[in-house]
Amino acid sequence: MTPSPWRSAAVVIAHSVREGVRRRVFFAVLVLTVAFLSLYALGAHFVFRDVRNFAGAEAGILDDQAFAGATIFGLAMFAILFLGAVLAVFLTLGAVRGDAESGLLQPLVVRPIGRTTMLMARFAGAATLSGAYVVVVYLAAYAITDLTGHWSPDHLLGPALGLALAVAIIAAISLLLSVLLPVTAQGIVVFMVFGAGLTAGLLAQIGNAINSDSLHTIGRVASWALPFEGLYAAGLHALISGTSGLTGVVLQLGPFGGSEAAGPELIAWAFAYMLGVLALAALAFSRRDL
Amino acid sequence: MAGPVLAVSGLRKSYRGQEALAGVDLEIRAGELVGLLGPNGAGKSTLTKIACGLVRPSGGTVDVLGRPAGSPPARAALGYLAELFRFPGWCSADELLALHQRLAGSSGGAAERSELLDLVGLGEARDKRIEAMSKGMQQRLGIAQALVGGPRLLLLDEPTSALDPVGRRIVRGLLEELRGRGVAVLLNSHLLSEVELVCDRVAIIARGRLVKAGTPGELAGPDGVEVETADGVRVFAGKGREEAPRIVAELVAAGERVYRVEVRHSSLEDVYLEAVGGQTG
Repeated sequence: MTPSPWRSAAVVIAHSVREGVRRRVFFAVLVLTVAFLSLYALGAHFVFRDVRNFAGAEAGILDDQAFAGATIFGLAMFAILFLGAVLAVFLTLGAVRGDAESGLLQPLVVRPIGRTTMLMARFAGAATLSGAYVVVVYLAAYAITDLTGHWSPDHLLGPALGLALAVAIIAAISLLLSVLLPVTAQGIVVFMVFGAGLTAGLLAQIGNAINSDSLHTIGRVASWALPFEGLYAAGLHALISGTSGLTGVVLQLGPFGGSEAAGPELIAWAFAYMLGVLALAALAFSRRDL
Repeated sequence: MAGPVLAVSGLRKSYRGQEALAGVDLEIRAGELVGLLGPNGAGKSTLTKIACGLVRPSGGTVDVLGRPAGSPPARAALGYLAELFRFPGWCSADELLALHQRLAGSSGGAAERSELLDLVGLGEARDKRIEAMSKGMQQRLGIAQALVGGPRLLLLDEPTSALDPVGRRIVRGLLEELRGRGVAVLLNSHLLSEVELVCDRVAIIARGRLVKAGTPGELAGPDGVEVETADGVRVFAGKGREEAPRIVAELVAAGERVYRVEVRHSSLEDVYLEAVGGQTG
């Protein structure tokens, strides 16, 4: 009896997870994550201890805890997005063309499982694992920040879910590139796209600080063209959206400030963008000779 | 009589304007073992890949049990071993077959896996990691994988290229057993002796066209009568078995002493070389 697409997809996801466990991918990720969080805890400890010597804090102009907490936690969000993106890319690296060139894909594709089901299963596996990863590490970083500096972001879950959606979008882009490009080119291009998105976001941040309309426009266009950047920036904004006064202004102008909030349009666009990229990937895969 | 298991009609395929298949017709019926021969680049692998839905044809049709090649029912009815394949090295033989059972919807369970591994001589290696297996073992595992779910059509692309003589014998026996079970087999191979030994029919492809087809007996026709007399060995070219008694009678009547008579047949290799015109890929 031909298995249903859902069952076939579950088989492919389970196979990918088992591969990650057996190849010790998850173990390596766990070790590196513990190392990252340890370093973060150490950094947070010293930042909260030494921020009292900061000029603005001494003068009572700045809320030193909010300043230190938002900055260090913003840095953590940047690192978590990067780690999540690395995980998403490696879980989809060579998923189609690379596996086809090495002969891994053909024995699976000739089974009754459709190509679209196969592709969506690979996406679901990568997006779920990398999305869950960023949420867990984000919450761990939050706990560390709270314990070391007694500071909490103004919004806790929104930025975490935004990060999860951002890495899911990166997984979708990576999967599309895996259909079109050989493995090495896929890896290079997806990380260049990732870097370009973050650079555009920083430009927008600078544009906001110096009141440059052109830079601000570049940032907005980049946020819509590569919505993972928009979601990240919106997450940074949400961390301090309730912080008022000079502290709020200084934080918003900083590198981990986030000048734009995530409206419902950005969230809707991010989902539509992800589905569009997946549809393109499925179309390209269906037309590819293996 | 039931229809063909595999029906290829007017099949064409072009890669960026270069013709790989130029109108091939071929049928395979249940229990029939057909050998597909041809030089490298002749289009054998392309034909096989179109039959299992990996490659889209440029024209013509391919049906598996009456369903278009590449459709889910067609894929569910076939087993395939590619010429260049790789299985995940971290998997054991048993795990790989279990994965393919789940994807094929096979309910055979552990019993089917054991039977298949025993069939290809890997019964002792069921828990061995694939990355620790020799290329020959992996090829036999590939054949077992292709047999998961009891396919009605088996498409094997160079399945014995990495096998030693013992491995080849195992596969030969397996193919004969599958024929007995009514499985239709398309065997792509460069090993003419192998094809000659097991195949019911042979199809030779060159430059994307089917240039010769028939049973090994039909293809390997008479190539003359060889007679050894006191004067040495003489060959009566173009003569067949029916003419041998007359030739001997005439020689004896002419006073010659005949020591040995042999009706010569052209080998499949001769037929192949003639059909492909010395082409090599």
